[in-house]
Amino acid sequence: MANTTTDKAKMAEAAPLTAMGVIAPAIGWLIPGAGHMIQKRWIRGVLLFISIVTLFLLGLAMQGRIYKANGGDILDILGFVGDVGAGALYILTVAQDWGQGAIAFATADYGTKFMIVAGLLNFIAMADAYHIAIGKKK
Amino acid sequence: MTITLNHFSAALVFSIFASIVFGITHRDNAREMVRYGLYCFVMFLGGVFVAGWAMWLLRR
Repeated sequence: MANTTTDKAKMAEAAPLTAMGVIAPAIGWLIPGAGHMIQKRWIRGVLLFISIVTLFLLGLAMQGRIYKANGGDILDILGFVGDVGAGALYILTVAQDWGQGAIAFATADYGTKFMIVAGLLNFIAMADAYHIAIGKKK
Repeated sequence: MTITLNHFSAALVFSIFASIVFGITHRDNAREMVRYGLYCFVMFLGGVFVAGWAMWLLRR
C-alpha cells in the first residue's frame, strides 16, 4: 500500500503540466521529429524526420492510397487514423489530391501500408517527445 | 514519379526506418538506442525470412 502511494507521488512529480508538454507533441505531429528538435535533441529529431518522411514519400511514390476521414468499415477507419499521424504530410497529400492509389501496380499496396506505418511511427515519436518534455526521459 | 520495389526491398526499407524510430524512442542513451535499433532490424528481417519459408511450407 505504501509503495502505491510512493509510486503515485513519483509519477505526479515526473509529469508536471508544462507548455512544452503540449507544444512538443503537437509540433511533433505536424512535422515529424520537430518535437525532439525544439527540445534540442537534434540528432534524434533529424533521424526521426528522415525516417518518417522517407517512408511516407516512398509510399506515395509507390502509388499507395491515402485514407480520408470516413465512416466506412473498421479497416478504412484504422487506415485513416494511421495516415493522419503523419501530420503536415497528410494534410498536404489530401490538399493536393495525391495518394489516389493504383490497382495496376502490384506494390501499390505496400505504398499504402508505408504511409500508414509512417503515421503510426510519428505517433510513437510524439509520445517520446512528450516524455522528454515532462522529464520522464532524457 | 513511380517507384517499384520488389517485396524484399520493400521489407528491407521498412525494417531500416522502423528500426531507427524504435531505437530512438524505446531507449534512453545513444549506445542503447543503436543496439536496440539493430536488434529490431534483425528481428524484422528475420521475421521476413521465417514468414517466407513458413508460407513456402504451407503451400507445399
